[in-house]
Amino acid sequence: MDFRFTDDQLAMRDVVRDFCNEEIAPKAAWRDETHSFEDDLIAKLGSLGLFGTYVPEAYGGSGQDYITYVMTVEELSRACGATGILVSAHHSLCVDPILHFGTEEQKHKYLPKLSSGEWIGCFSLTEPGSGSDAGAARCTAKETGEGWVINGTKNFVTNGREAHVIVLFAVTDPTSKHRMSAFIVEKDTPGCTLGKLETKLGIKASSTAELIFENCVVPHDALLGERGRGLNVALATLDGGRIGVAAQAVGISQAALDFAVDYANTRVQFNQPIGRFQAIQWKLADMATNLAAARTLMYRAAWLKQNKQPYGPEAAMAKLFASEMSNRVTDAAIQVYGGYGYCADYPAERLMRDARITELYEGTSEIQRLVIARKLTQEPAWAAR
Amino acid sequence: MDFELPEEVAAFRDTVRKFAAERIRPHSRQWDRDQTLPDELVTELGQLGLMGLLTPEEYGGSKHPEHGYLLNAVVMEELARQDGGVALLVAAHNGLCLSHLNLAGSEEQKKKYLPKLASGEWVGAWGLTEPASGSDAAALETRAVRDGDGWRLTGHKMFITNGARARVYVVMAKTEPEKGPKGISAFIVEREDEGFVVGAKEDKLGIRASDTVPLDLDNVYCGPEDLVGEYNKGYADALRVLERGRIGIGALSLGLARGCLEESIAYANGRIAFGKPIAAQQAIQFMLADMATELEASRLLVWDAARSLDLGEDARQKASIAKLFASEMATRAGLKAIQIHGGYGYTKDMPVERYMRDAKLCEIGEGSSEVQRILIARHLLEAK
Ligand SMILES: Cc1cc2nc3c(=O)[nH]c(=O)nc-3n(C[C@H](O)[C@H](O)[C@H](O)COP(=O)(O)OP(=O)(O)OC[C@H]3O[C@@H](n4cnc5c(N)ncnc54)[C@H](O)[C@@H]3O)c2cc1C
Ligand SMILES: Cc1cc2nc3c(=O)[nH]c(=O)nc-3n(C[C@H](O)[C@H](O)[C@H](O)COP(=O)(O)OP(=O)(O)OC[C@H]3O[C@@H](n4cnc5c(N)ncnc54)[C@H](O)[C@@H]3O)c2cc1C
Repeated sequence: MDFRFTDDQLAMRDVVRDFCNEEIAPKAAWRDETHSFEDDLIAKLGSLGLFGTYVPEAYGGSGQDYITYVMTVEELSRACGATGILVSAHHSLCVDPILHFGTEEQKHKYLPKLSSGEWIGCFSLTEPGSGSDAGAARCTAKETGEGWVINGTKNFVTNGREAHVIVLFAVTDPTSKHRMSAFIVEKDTPGCTLGKLETKLGIKASSTAELIFENCVVPHDALLGERGRGLNVALATLDGGRIGVAAQAVGISQAALDFAVDYANTRVQFNQPIGRFQAIQWKLADMATNLAAARTLMYRAAWLKQNKQPYGPEAAMAKLFASEMSNRVTDAAIQVYGGYGYCADYPAERLMRDARITELYEGTSEIQRLVIARKLTQEPAWAAR
Repeated sequence: MDFELPEEVAAFRDTVRKFAAERIRPHSRQWDRDQTLPDELVTELGQLGLMGLLTPEEYGGSKHPEHGYLLNAVVMEELARQDGGVALLVAAHNGLCLSHLNLAGSEEQKKKYLPKLASGEWVGAWGLTEPASGSDAAALETRAVRDGDGWRLTGHKMFITNGARARVYVVMAKTEPEKGPKGISAFIVEREDEGFVVGAKEDKLGIRASDTVPLDLDNVYCGPEDLVGEYNKGYADALRVLERGRIGIGALSLGLARGCLEESIAYANGRIAFGKPIAAQQAIQFMLADMATELEASRLLVWDAARSLDLGEDARQKASIAKLFASEMATRAGLKAIQIHGGYGYTKDMPVERYMRDAKLCEIGEGSSEVQRILIARHLLEAK
């Protein structure tokens, strides 16, 4: 048992931290304001290998371990929550299912360009009529001589604006129990168009897009995994994605704590730094304590995944706790800042807005609780470890 | 990183889990009611090796000193899973009394006391708190006045765990009151010492199987061989003991919360209302999910802090965080468990109300939640 990072992981953390201090953090407010990423951001992230962190070198990735990946998402999110999810959604939701369910051909075709950042990836499961109840999706894929013909509307696709590669879920066998299948679709395929981009509360620079499919034909070998196993691909993928969202929440919260501590040391009221008041100390102590709890849950889930052990409920715990924690922690940061916390000249309000999403996507808090409770009630011995 | 318990620790955990289920569980309710524990239980705890967990093997202690604090954490959880009082007996013995002797005691003291303490033949206690000084422990008033080579101790101690059955006490007293915390020294007092009187047990909310007593010292003589650690360093050593000991209280909280969770799952699966198990209701599921999530987080925090100590790292911040989070988590788990059990949860036919009462102590002893928050915030603010 060892809770420490390895030397390699620490070295990588230093590299990412330096990069974040120079490139990511200074532009976080600008990204939020303009709802965009700067033009060279993707190239810079790519040059550090941050789009294929745990993709094996044989497929053009950086070949690092999964914990290193999670740590990079944490660090990027600490500097900018939107940049964090750009990288996390790309890896967890597009690269990961191709790695796990893709054929050798698919891996060789997509992973090198995804790893370099030449192509960005996204994941398209949600539809206007099906969110938590993802199995009720209506977008269809019909098999014909030419290939699969896709029709339907998807929404809320993170990275939809930047992405070239879409991991798409569509109904192939409407009457079967196994009605949905997964596909790899390239966005420039005729019949696939980018629809509306959402205007959101937070992570404003991250695109949340509608994708419209009208008789969009993809080849037979665009199928990802077995026909009819789409929901399994989606759920297995989301298990991993939840660790990435937990890392995003932890990173955002660490930033909130860092800023709050600095402010508590420097803001003077009643002739003393406000950090001398227990009312403020309590907030800081609770922030740090809950942050530590979330972080350890997150790395445990990551370690289980890295070691190919079952990790679904553990990932749900990490995501549930980290996301709710991040909402409490960023809210506390605003309170430490007082009125300035409510103003965009200071980072606290942006952090709070960014944190809010972590309780929603890749399974809401409610869905995480259902996942955990199912495990507990069906397998009571698991509760005792 | 590696989140797997070492094999020997996992094996020992299983042994203690079985022991606790067989030897403790059937009697916990009675021990809670009567505020007692049978002496044979202490003998058995000693035979299992639980009374010397944090003591090196050369003094009759643990065969796995490299896993001392981790092993201690695992044992605390397993004992408290059935009975918080039994766990606190072991925690105060190992984590306070023996820990102080191990940390600061002389070779002679270790040879004289540790083997019998580590085997469970003798039980140890530790006296810092006084009627008028708890969190502000340095304000203690017990005096140690020079008498030849030795000292005469006079004063009152309060809330001393194991005080009723202990043979050996490590007691903090002021040797030079004008020097404040730097004028406090630690002494060994034995039960039979003249002038030393053990008071009546406190009647407590929880942790009732563990005795908590006041101690009166009236001119009790301690020779130079009874001074523990350096002269006037007693308070500094006591703080070091507490920094380590509080991980044990965090681990004890884990056991209580796990008890709440396990009992609640079993109950929710079996209790039928409106034609189906209450476990089928989201309201119940959500409580279970939150209990399990916070418990797992607490366990990882406790184990992380314990590993740090075993590696010789500075674990103060980790220990405070673990103790704070785990103890408050356990109280929440207790309240939820009662809720899930409904009216039955409010009765003593079910153990969960006891777990909740036991858990509350964890927020108070070995540095209250407030003291932990002060320490954590100070660390944060001063690190900058
Ligand atoms: C910014 C953003 C980015 C996103 N990115 C992606 C993406 O990249 N790819 C993608 O496919 N999707 C994405 N999503 C969609 C996201 O995963 C869904 O919004 C989410 O799963 C919830 O679905 P919904 O919004 O339809 O809410 P609904 O499912 O309609 O839920 C509404 C409320 O009801 C609760 N609820 C629903 N079912 C139950 C139940 N059985 N028991 C108890 N409570 C329940 C929910 O928890 C929620 O509180 C994104 C969403 C946003 C906002
Ligand atoms: C069952 C039990 C077993 C115990 N075992 C032992 C033992 O074996 N040995 C031993 O020496 N002691 C023992 N104690 C004593 C225990 O450590 C103290 O009770 C504890 O430190 C709190 O001290 P106090 O009770 O005097 O409360 P006080 O210090 O009077 O505190 C009262 C309240 O004020 C708060 N408070 C105090 N100072 C501050 C501050 N600066 N800022 C904010 N809030 C503050 C506290 O957190 C608490 O909520 C035991 C206590 C119990 C109940």
